[in-house]
Amino acid sequence: MPDLVLELINLTKTYQVSAGAFRGKRDLRAVNGITLTLEKGEVLGLVGESGCGKTTVAKLVLSLETPTSGHIRLQGRPLTDCDSKEIARQVQPVFQDPYASLNPRKSVGSIISLPLRALKVGNKASWNKKVSEIMEVVGLAPHLRHNYPNQLSGGQRQRVAVARALIMRPQLVLCDEPTSALDVSVQAQILNLLMRLRRELGLTYLFISHNLAVVEHLATRVAVMYLGRIVEEAPTRELFLNPRHPYTQALLGSVLTPEPGLGLPDTRLGIAYPNPIDPPSGCTFHPRCPKADEKCKEHAPVPRRKGGRLVECHFVEEL
Amino acid sequence: MEVVFPSPQQIMRRAMLHHKGFLMGLSVIIVVTLLTILAPVLATHDPYAQDLGQRLIPPVWQEKGTWDHPLGTDNLGRDYLSRLIYGSRVSLLIGLSVMLIAGLIGTTLGLLAGYFGGKMDMFVSFLVTVRLALPAVLVAVAVVSLIGGSTRIVILVLGLLVWDRFAVVVRASTQQIRPLEYVAAAKSAGCSTFRILAQEMLPNLMNNLIVVATLEVARAILLEAALSFLGMGVQPPTPSWGLMISEGKEFMLFYPYLITIPGVALFLLLLGFNLLGDGIRDVTAPEGR
Repeated sequence: MPDLVLELINLTKTYQVSAGAFRGKRDLRAVNGITLTLEKGEVLGLVGESGCGKTTVAKLVLSLETPTSGHIRLQGRPLTDCDSKEIARQVQPVFQDPYASLNPRKSVGSIISLPLRALKVGNKASWNKKVSEIMEVVGLAPHLRHNYPNQLSGGQRQRVAVARALIMRPQLVLCDEPTSALDVSVQAQILNLLMRLRRELGLTYLFISHNLAVVEHLATRVAVMYLGRIVEEAPTRELFLNPRHPYTQALLGSVLTPEPGLGLPDTRLGIAYPNPIDPPSGCTFHPRCPKADEKCKEHAPVPRRKGGRLVECHFVEEL
Repeated sequence: MEVVFPSPQQIMRRAMLHHKGFLMGLSVIIVVTLLTILAPVLATHDPYAQDLGQRLIPPVWQEKGTWDHPLGTDNLGRDYLSRLIYGSRVSLLIGLSVMLIAGLIGTTLGLLAGYFGGKMDMFVSFLVTVRLALPAVLVAVAVVSLIGGSTRIVILVLGLLVWDRFAVVVRASTQQIRPLEYVAAAKSAGCSTFRILAQEMLPNLMNNLIVVATLEVARAILLEAALSFLGMGVQPPTPSWGLMISEGKEFMLFYPYLITIPGVALFLLLLGFNLLGDGIRDVTAPEGR
């Protein structure tokens, strides 16, 4: 039995949104029954288009939102049994935008030590020591400690965010697109930092991204989300070499090449992303799927697991 | 050599030193504050001492003025300069205390409404609407005429009445900050709601709060003067600028200085607070955040 850090079991989150004037409220299924497990030391990349529910998953795991149905287990314990301080000890986030995730009125030292102060761990002297240690680990110069976020570069800010996430030595670090707000040159630095920290501190990452190159570089396993469902899940190498689900194939086909003359790649996806308030019938991917037929319009496919892979498609055998 | 971008505090300090209105407002307020603190030293006479032989002596720049009473005396022969100096105590005391009470109420309500939204927001918005439907002077006059006027009552009544601007401003800025990631980060770091509100959000609202606070001090001082003028505020013989205008109005035709002197003092103090407030608003521009 592998050491499971995080289990999501049939997780659903439904938001009530107004569908327009005089139409009342309707359900938006941001996360629609997903099941995922995360073993210790693993890096699970969660990829998908904007609006497919990736960030909602992050919020659910951080218990910033409560699930509509389904369960989340942290280290085998249901999340509903843990209070917020216990969750904070085990899961820490690194957010997307380091310009919004650091309080502009607090000094770097005070931002990094926030989890320690909030959880009342140790005393002032030990906080100072821990902040110095973690700043060294993430590669921040000690003199930056008394500076404010507006005095730092984007990369330095994200290092501060990483330091804040790691100071409690959590089991699970939840990275919600941690590089998408950064310059390309800085992205690589932060990714390498995350990789190094994973090796040195034995961390487990849930890495949410829409950047496939980043995920390929970092993740050990990848889950592809579409409209609140996980349509394919596989070890990184297998998924990138041999994508099975038509959506994964299209997603991998959509990666821009550095070649300027080639233009935009043709994904053959046709129409735009559907409105999640009004999801298509049957398999929610069928209006965009090149392989769809009558069956797909009427019946939602069941996820099929084979070996280490999971694919949710009627044509899984032919693919 | 590494170029270090200035911290928010440094940016603000620099901008302050270059803002004329801010410096003017600040100097007026420093002068008035010094007056209130040094009143016993600066006042040449007892502000309550009546001397009917010396009544209605004009200020020194008029023909019959003497240096013994630089700003003249009132109809009971009390030294006008001393009364003016002691009157600044009443004005500042009332202005600051009302601002503190109103600020406490308004900020709390605004934070709760902006952070929690939903029903709490509806409740607070309702309270604000109710409060805005009540004219402050009318309520104050009614309350004071029912239970009698004194400095303490004026402070309490005004403090419970003028919190609306605090609530509205704080609610709006809280709603702006609420969705930012550092709030989510604080939440997932295990911070209690109180800690998030008091230590993560409030410091970011401070700029707006200080601007509102200075304007509210000015408003409270003006309301106090108005109430005292109507005889519903500070009671005689306490020296208050509003009361001085009120007592002088019967002699206005022949001794206009009785009204102009406290009037000008009031005008200058309010101007100072407004300049300070506007200055702080300019100084805490977006790049200083």
